[in-house]
Amino acid sequence: MTFFLETLLGGLLAGTMYSLVAIGFVLIYKASGVFNFAQGAMLLFAALTFVTLHEQGLPVVLALVLTLAIMVVVALIIERAVLRPLVARSQITLFMATLGLSFIIEGLAQGLMGAEVRALDLGIPDVPVFLGEVMISQFDLVAAATAAVLVTVLALLFNKTRIGISLRAVADDTRAALSIGIDLNRIWQIVWAVAGCVGLVAGLLWGARQGVQFSLSLVVLKALPVLIIGGFTSIGGAIVGGLIVGATENLAEVYLGPLIGGGITPWFAYFLALAFLYVRPAGLFGERAIERV
Amino acid sequence: MSTHAPTPGEFILEVNNVSLSFKGVKAISALSFRVRRGEICALIGPNGAGKSSLLNVLNGVYRPDSGEVVFESEHFRRIHPLEAARRGVGRTFQNNALFKKMSVIDNVQTGLSRHMRSGFLEQAFGLPRARREARAFREQAESVLEFLELQAYRDVEVGSLAYGLQKRVELGRALIAGPGLLLLDEPMAGMNADEKREMSRFITDVNRDLGTTVVLIEHDMGVVMGLSGHVVVLDYGRKVGDGTPAEVQANPDVIAAYLGTVH
Amino acid sequence: MSASIHRLPAPFDHAPIEIVERRLPWGLLALLGVAFVLLPLLGGDYWLNAILIPFLVLSLAGLGLNLLTGYTGQTSVGSAGFMAVGAFATYGFLLREPGLPLPLALVAGGLFAAAVGFVVGIPSSRIKGFYLMVTTLAAQFFLEWVFVKFPWFYNHASSGTISAPRLEIFGHPLGSAEGRYLLTLGTVAVLTWVAVNLVRSQIGRNWMAIRDMDTAAAVIGIPVERYRRLAFAVSSFYLGIAGALWAFAYLGTASAGSFDINRSFQILFIIIIGGMGSIAGSFIGAAFISLLPILLSHGGQLVFGGSLDAGQVQNLQKVIFGVLIIVFLIREPEGLVRLLAKLRARLAVWPLRF
Repeated sequence: MTFFLETLLGGLLAGTMYSLVAIGFVLIYKASGVFNFAQGAMLLFAALTFVTLHEQGLPVVLALVLTLAIMVVVALIIERAVLRPLVARSQITLFMATLGLSFIIEGLAQGLMGAEVRALDLGIPDVPVFLGEVMISQFDLVAAATAAVLVTVLALLFNKTRIGISLRAVADDTRAALSIGIDLNRIWQIVWAVAGCVGLVAGLLWGARQGVQFSLSLVVLKALPVLIIGGFTSIGGAIVGGLIVGATENLAEVYLGPLIGGGITPWFAYFLALAFLYVRPAGLFGERAIERV
Repeated sequence: MSTHAPTPGEFILEVNNVSLSFKGVKAISALSFRVRRGEICALIGPNGAGKSSLLNVLNGVYRPDSGEVVFESEHFRRIHPLEAARRGVGRTFQNNALFKKMSVIDNVQTGLSRHMRSGFLEQAFGLPRARREARAFREQAESVLEFLELQAYRDVEVGSLAYGLQKRVELGRALIAGPGLLLLDEPMAGMNADEKREMSRFITDVNRDLGTTVVLIEHDMGVVMGLSGHVVVLDYGRKVGDGTPAEVQANPDVIAAYLGTVH
Repeated sequence: MSASIHRLPAPFDHAPIEIVERRLPWGLLALLGVAFVLLPLLGGDYWLNAILIPFLVLSLAGLGLNLLTGYTGQTSVGSAGFMAVGAFATYGFLLREPGLPLPLALVAGGLFAAAVGFVVGIPSSRIKGFYLMVTTLAAQFFLEWVFVKFPWFYNHASSGTISAPRLEIFGHPLGSAEGRYLLTLGTVAVLTWVAVNLVRSQIGRNWMAIRDMDTAAAVIGIPVERYRRLAFAVSSFYLGIAGALWAFAYLGTASAGSFDINRSFQILFIIIIGGMGSIAGSFIGAAFISLLPILLSHGGQLVFGGSLDAGQVQNLQKVIFGVLIIVFLIREPEGLVRLLAKLRARLAVWPLRF
C-alpha cells in the first residue's frame, strides 16, 4: 500500500511539472488561439540562458532577472514576427509555424550556448522527505509548491487586475473586445511575455530535474495529452490534466510496464488522451465547439 | 424502405409538423407544407426565420425534434446526408460550400462522386474501366459547364472567382448528378441585377428543361415573383403564408411579418 | 437507385465533347532518360550514395505524406513510424522467406505499413482535425517503442539494428551504389506514376474535397471517413516502402532510432517547403533538404574561412529550416513549387512578348 501511495504521489507531483508547461500553452491558446509548439524551445532557451549567465559568474538572482528580461523580449519578437502575419490562418498552419519557430530557437540556443548537457543546480537538496511511511522527493515538492504559487499569481492577475480582465475578454470574444477599445496587440504581447515567464519557471525546474539538454524541447509534446484531457482553454484544466497524466503515467509504468516490456512512459499518456477524446472531445474543462453549417 | 420504385406522387416533398430547436431557441415550429413535382417553390421570410435550418433538415444535416419529412413517398425524420444525396437531393449553401483550392471543372466533377464505380486499383493503375468512367464524368462535367456558360473558367481555381460565378459553379456541382429535387440556399445573394437575371434564367432552364423541382431561399421579392409559382413564408420558424406569389403578397400576416418593408 | 449518370437531355447534350488526351510529355521522358541511364554512368559513388539515393527516398516519403496531408488535409507527425514498419517488415520478410523476390518483399512491407496506417486512421470518425494529429503522434512514439522492445523484429541482434540483406533482382546483385540507385529510382518512378494517376482521378478529387471542406463533401455524397482511412493506408504504403529503401538502399543498417520523431518532422518540412498538395513539390522539397547541408558546409568554408564543425552546421541548418518554414507559411503557403511556377510565368513574359 505504501508503495502504491508513493507511486501515486510521485506521479501527482511529477504531474505538476507537466501542468507548468501546459499552463504556458493555455495562456497563449486562450488569447490567440494558437497551439504554441515553440513553448518547448522557449523552455530550453530559458534554461540555457540562465545556466550560461550563471556560469559566466553572475550571481543567481541577477542571472534570473536577466533571463526573465531576455525571455520577455524573445516572446515579444515572436509575437511580432511570427504570429501577427499569420493571424487569420488555420490552426494547423499556426502549429507548423510554431514548429518552425522551435527549430530556430533550438538552433540558436545550441549554436550560441553549446549542445552539451548542462547540470542546473537550483539548490534543492536531494534528500527525500517522509510523509508517515511514504517517501516523497523534495524536489517534486518544491516543484509542486512553485506551481501552486504560479497559479495563484496568475489567478490574481486574471481576476483582479484590469489587464487580466481584458485578457479574458479577448479570449472570450475578440471582436467584442476590439469594439470596446481593447488593444489586441498589446494584450497579445502581454500574454506572450507572461508565457515566457512561465516558460522560464518551467524550464528551470525541468532543467534541474533532467539536465538542460535538447530533449527539453520535446517535453512540450507531453503537454498535448495534458491539454487534451484538461481542455485547451482552462488553467484549472491544465492543472488537473497534468495531475492525471502524471499519476496515471507513473502508475502505468510501475504496474503495467513490467507486463509488456517496460518503458511505456513515452507513449502511454497519448493513448490515455485518445481515450479521452473518444469520450469527451473537448476535454474535461474545455469549451465545446458548436458547429453551425 | 420499400424496394420497388414508388409511383411518382403529385407532391415530391412534404414537410409534416417539423419542429427544431437549438439550445432552447426554437428554429422551426410545427412547420407543414407541400411541394409539387416540377414546381419552383420559394422560401421567404425575415432573417433568422429558420429557412436555412429547414433546408438542413431536408437534406439531413440537422435532425428535427419532431415531425417528419416525406420525399418521393419515403417517410423519414432524419436522413443521412449521403443517403439524401443518393436519393436525388441536390443542395447549395449560403456561404458557398465549394472546394476552394480545386478548379471549376474538378469541383463540378465531385458532384458525381456517388456514381463512381471503378475501384481503387483501377484508378491507381489507369485501367480501362477507370479511364472510361473518368472520360464519361469529364464529358458530363463539360455539358454542365456549357449549360451554365462556365467553360471559360474550366481550369480556374474556384477560390479566385467572383462570388457570383462561384455560386454558379456550386449550382453546377449540385446539378451534375441529375437530382430530382434541388435545394438552393440564397443562390443570388451578393449579386447585382444583371447577375440575378442570369441566375434566374439558369434556374428556370434547370426547372423547365431537366424537370428538376426547385426549393429556394430568396430575399428579393422581385426575383421571387418572377421565378416561382409557389411561395412559403416563414417568420420565427412558423409558417405565415403559403400560396402563389400574388396571394402571399396580399396576405396581411405576411405583410406584418415584414413590417411592410419588402425589398 | 440510379446506377447510371443522368445525361443532360437535348438541347444540352451534344455529341461527345472533344477531350484532348494529354500529349506525351517529352520533357519528362528526357528527365527519366537522364536519371536512368546517364546518372548511373556519370555519377560517382559519392553522388549516388550520399545525395541521389537519399534524395529519391525522401521524395518518396514526402510523396506519401503529401497524399495524406497535402491532398487529404490530414496533418500527420507519424511518418517515420510508418517508415519503420515498412523497414522492419521488409526485413522480416527477406529474413524469413529467403526465396521471396525483393520487389515482393518491398510490396509486402508496404502493405504491412498500410495496414498499420489504416488502423491509425480508424479514430478519424470520432476524432477530428488537430486531434487526429495527436493520434499520429501516439502512433509514432508507440511504434518507436515496439521496434526497440521486441527483439523478434530485429532478429535478436544485440545492437538492435537491422542490416540490408543481400539485395538482388532475378539473380542480378544490387549491392553496389549503381544497383541500389537503380532499385530506388525504379521504385520511386513506378510509385510516382501511380500517385499521379490517383491525384488526377475521382479518388484524388474526393480527397481534395475532404481537405477543402469535409462537411460539404459529406453532403454531396462522399464517404468522408472511408476516404480518410484510405488516405492513411495509401500514404503509409508509400512511407513503408520509403522506410525499407531508407534502411537498405541508403543507410545499410537501421534501427528504430533512424525513424524517430525528428525524421517525422523532417518529412513534414519537406512538403511544407516543397509544396503541399503537389507531387512535384515533394521532390523539390526533398532536393532542398538533401542539398542544403552540403551547401551550408561548403558555404561555411567560404564565409567563415575554416569550415564550420558538424555541430554548428546542424544548428545553422535548424535555424535556416525554421526561418524558411515560417517565411513560406507567411508568404507562399503553396511552397517552392508555386514559387517556381510564378518565376517561370514571369520569365515567360520577359522581355514582354506579344
